[in-house]
Amino acid sequence: MAGTRGASVVYDSVQKSYDGESLVVKNLNLDIPPGEFLTMLGPSGSGKTTCLMMLAGFEPATHGEIYLNDKPINNVSPHKRGIGMVFQNYALFPHMTVAENLAFPLQVRNMNKAEQQEKVQRALEMVELGQFGNRRPAQLSGGQQQRVAVARALVFDPELVLMDEPLGALDKQLREQMQYEIKHIHENLGVTVVYVTHDQTEALTMSDRVAVFNDGIIQQLSSPDVLYEDPQNSFVAQFIGENNKLNGKVIDIQGDECKVELSDGTHLKADKVNVDSIGDLTTISLRPERVEFDDAVSMDNVVSGKIEEMIYLGDHIRVRMNVAGNDEFIVKVRNRGEKRALSVGDTVKVGWARNDCKALDHVA
Amino acid sequence: MKLKSVILAGSAVALTATSALATDMTIVSWGGAYSASQNNAYHKPYMEANPDINIINDESSNEAVAKLRAMNEAGNITWDLVDVVASDAIRLCDEGLAMPIDADEVLAPAPNGTPASEDFGDLIVSECFIPQIVYSTTFGYRTDVAEWNGKTPEDICAVFDLETFPGKRALEKRPINNMEWALLCDGVAKEDVYNVLETEEGQAQAFAKLDTIKDQTIFWSAGAETPQLLADKEVVMGSTYNGRLFSLIAEEGQPVAMLWDAQVFDIDGWIVPEGLPEDRKAMVLDYLKFATDTQRLADQAKYISYGPARKSSAPLVGKHAELGIEMAPHMPTDPENAKNTFLYNYEWWADYRDDLDAKYQAWLSQ
Amino acid sequence: MFMSETAPEQLLTTHDGRSLKVSLARALRREKLRALFLIAPLLIFVLLTFVAPIADMLFRSVENGIVEDTLPQTVNALASWDSGSGELPGEPVYAALHSDLLVAVKEKTHTRLGSRLNYEQTGISSLFRKTGRRVKRMDDAAPFKEQFIAADDKWADLSTWQTLKQFSPRYTDGYFLAAVDAERGPDGIEMKPADEQVYIYLFGRTLLLSVAITISCLILGYPIAYLLAALPLRTSNLLMILVLLPFWTSLLVRTSAWKVLLQQQGVINDFLVWIGLISNANRLVMINNQTGTIIAMTHILLPFMILPLYSVMKTISPSYVRAAKSLGANDWTAFWRVYFPQSVPGIGAGAVLVFILAIGYYITPELVGGTSGIFISNRIAYHISSSLNWGLAAALGTMLLAAVMILFVVYDKIVGIDNVKLG
Repeated sequence: MAGTRGASVVYDSVQKSYDGESLVVKNLNLDIPPGEFLTMLGPSGSGKTTCLMMLAGFEPATHGEIYLNDKPINNVSPHKRGIGMVFQNYALFPHMTVAENLAFPLQVRNMNKAEQQEKVQRALEMVELGQFGNRRPAQLSGGQQQRVAVARALVFDPELVLMDEPLGALDKQLREQMQYEIKHIHENLGVTVVYVTHDQTEALTMSDRVAVFNDGIIQQLSSPDVLYEDPQNSFVAQFIGENNKLNGKVIDIQGDECKVELSDGTHLKADKVNVDSIGDLTTISLRPERVEFDDAVSMDNVVSGKIEEMIYLGDHIRVRMNVAGNDEFIVKVRNRGEKRALSVGDTVKVGWARNDCKALDHVA
Repeated sequence: MKLKSVILAGSAVALTATSALATDMTIVSWGGAYSASQNNAYHKPYMEANPDINIINDESSNEAVAKLRAMNEAGNITWDLVDVVASDAIRLCDEGLAMPIDADEVLAPAPNGTPASEDFGDLIVSECFIPQIVYSTTFGYRTDVAEWNGKTPEDICAVFDLETFPGKRALEKRPINNMEWALLCDGVAKEDVYNVLETEEGQAQAFAKLDTIKDQTIFWSAGAETPQLLADKEVVMGSTYNGRLFSLIAEEGQPVAMLWDAQVFDIDGWIVPEGLPEDRKAMVLDYLKFATDTQRLADQAKYISYGPARKSSAPLVGKHAELGIEMAPHMPTDPENAKNTFLYNYEWWADYRDDLDAKYQAWLSQ
Repeated sequence: MFMSETAPEQLLTTHDGRSLKVSLARALRREKLRALFLIAPLLIFVLLTFVAPIADMLFRSVENGIVEDTLPQTVNALASWDSGSGELPGEPVYAALHSDLLVAVKEKTHTRLGSRLNYEQTGISSLFRKTGRRVKRMDDAAPFKEQFIAADDKWADLSTWQTLKQFSPRYTDGYFLAAVDAERGPDGIEMKPADEQVYIYLFGRTLLLSVAITISCLILGYPIAYLLAALPLRTSNLLMILVLLPFWTSLLVRTSAWKVLLQQQGVINDFLVWIGLISNANRLVMINNQTGTIIAMTHILLPFMILPLYSVMKTISPSYVRAAKSLGANDWTAFWRVYFPQSVPGIGAGAVLVFILAIGYYITPELVGGTSGIFISNRIAYHISSSLNWGLAAALGTMLLAAVMILFVVYDKIVGIDNVKLG
């Protein structure tokens, strides 16, 4: 398994329609280099699972071509694509033992018995289930089944592994643990992984790159940090991480900087990201942890607001404020241990840097 | 106007009420055209004469024996009068399920005063049985079979002659009649048939004869099958009850003719279940006296081609009620048809039925 | 257990001082009574219409009280007669027969006994009928033996008396012996002559044809059930109506339709001759034989195979087959190694259902089976409704029941009864 290389995947102008009336995937172009862990992230119905199924071969593309290692695979049937896949509910064969499940892809490849056994055992040990070969899937816990499913998708050394929301059925703690395990397996084996999820934490934790899907279109394709720091539009900003929205109008543009007037007359400086000209309506995106109380006066943007609610969350305190007419304005204050002189009802000044706030496309 | 309709409606209600008060009499018969003929000839005139009696028709005669036994065991007889074939009547009488009836005491004499027992003669094959009609089991054949080269079957042995008359036959799934015909066509004299059939060798002889046509035979269990098979050209000749063939020929106009030769007479008639309460018994016997008199039996022949069981009825048989054709030539008892008949031996079959039936079934399934 | 050991005396009580156990039992009893009350209609119905008749049938297959009830003194007198002696019974037996018959004729039970014993020996029916008419006129003073023999020489026949003695006990294995083509001869139990053996053969044929029907139902029903389970609900509902359509037409109509289709001058043969596949002289025989029975019964029983299959297949997630394919299995391997094993419980349920229904069918085989396609049930029906030999019918029915139960146990051993899923 150690020698496995990853495969490259290219989606070239792929479109998909189920009913001939509307497109669920609109002109998808995506280039996945060998060994990458790419996550397709998006709400349900955004087209991400369809993209995965087209790659696996269970759904034909309506238009366009998909290449695997530079070879077109539209007309290659699923079982000849050599792609490992982990399904949402694992799809472990209930009438076979764990070892039989793992041996299945080896048997259909006519591998000899001894080699099969060795590979199965190695794969089981990789997921730390060496002793469970003779159990039936139903006798395993959810997390164990998950690992078997991963091991089964990898046991025949595929160059590409697809995972369709594989952690959706697990509880939170187990899910986090599995995220790291899958990530480590990926790092060790070097296979290409295409991972579908609607959970943004999962996407950020595991991926080299994340493709954010909405409405059949990739909204942004970039590494997790870029996705978080530099969202290209309001959808991405809101879908990834927590986000304060402030609606206003562009009144000045200078280079990559612009000035925005909010509805109550407040002027803010922001990065010009997704606005074109003066007069455009815009939604400003601002991460809650970037807002400061103490040094507010010296920052690019300073506004005053009233504290509506404070929630103690251990590592930080979540402060809900009314700022510029938006009473859902959230500020996360790191818990440094010292007493703070904040209390509900106070009117205080808050501030943030210009490049922490992005002027994006307007959403109501 | 309104008042009038109210009165009319009221009297209608009153009429329904009286008929609801009428006593029900359940008569069991075979259904179909046969029940219709009884309804026309017996039930309708009887109910006209006795408005307080309401006759209910039950079409269960083909399972009458088993049902009567079940009723008897349950101690609840719901039937008042049952139409059965003679052999079933003997069986029911043996089982104590049918009531013995003194014909002269219960039934009407002939118009000329001949007592009923004499008028029916030896058709009274059991003390529980009141004969009604004489029917026969005989063959019908298609008249348009090209392979026969213009020949027509003239005697019963044509059934066993596959060379002259190729094609499929229809025979009953029971040994009765088939065994006799087989022996008749294997050189056994008519009067010796039952003596021969009593022996193992005789039975083997009959089966051997039947074997010659077995793979060219479709075996039927319901009388309606043969007419259907003939009409569908599935068979070229087949045995069934003569009345069924009459409807096929006269009413449906199919190219089929009657063979009549060696037709086997059988009798169908009434039995009264044993164990009826006195009042119902009296009611049934009154009906019986009416329905089996000379005129009534002759009337039935207007609707179906079965011969009346009384000698005195024969001259009164007229024309078919709807087709208007003379019925006498279609009766199995007509001298022209009855040139060569075979009399079915009830006593003999009552003894040999169980044994021969087992052998016949074994033969069939081989 | 642990509780009662530490504090055996200290019974827990409810608020009003009653023992907790008593109160619990009381509360539960009311629940139980209510439950019993609710199922009572079904329970009574099942007892009356199902359990009681089966018990009655089992009893009838061995019951034989009629001989002793009708001829009590004769049976008594025959006890001391050795049926193997080669000599007729003595005068006392004939005298006992005379006084028994006098009573029997008065009650008209002698003919009934005659038809019962006629199942065992041909001719006894008329013997009793004939003797019954003569017995009243017999002279009390003269020896009865001669008078009986004068009435009918069968009374001088050893076999008549042997039969009478053999069937005088209240319970008999005679019906069961007859049901397996055997009889009790002078040297114990022996098979009947070959030309009278029919039941074992029919049992075998019934089982064989039922298996054939079950298999053809499975072959035809499996793809349909698969289609039903795979199609979207709206389409599959429509298809399901088509599957159930046969249930809505009378059995006789359906069977007659098969006749029209299958007979030699029927639609299928006409078509085959018309397209030139067969010649007019060689029309296929597809009805009034085993083919007819298999075709018509398969049609009638198909829904019983499809419904359990469908309900099991509906629960098999399509992701299993996808998983198999993604693991490199081609369509056939994915089906055979992954889908098919999961549908086995449906096959089990459908097969058991169809087989059990098939084994007891008699109307359809009677109508389309000719002579080679009839079942053992047809003989049972014949003995119930025509020959009135209910004892033999009961014995055959009991054997059929036993055969089904044995098969059930075998099935349980091989496949496992928990591997049957009806829905």
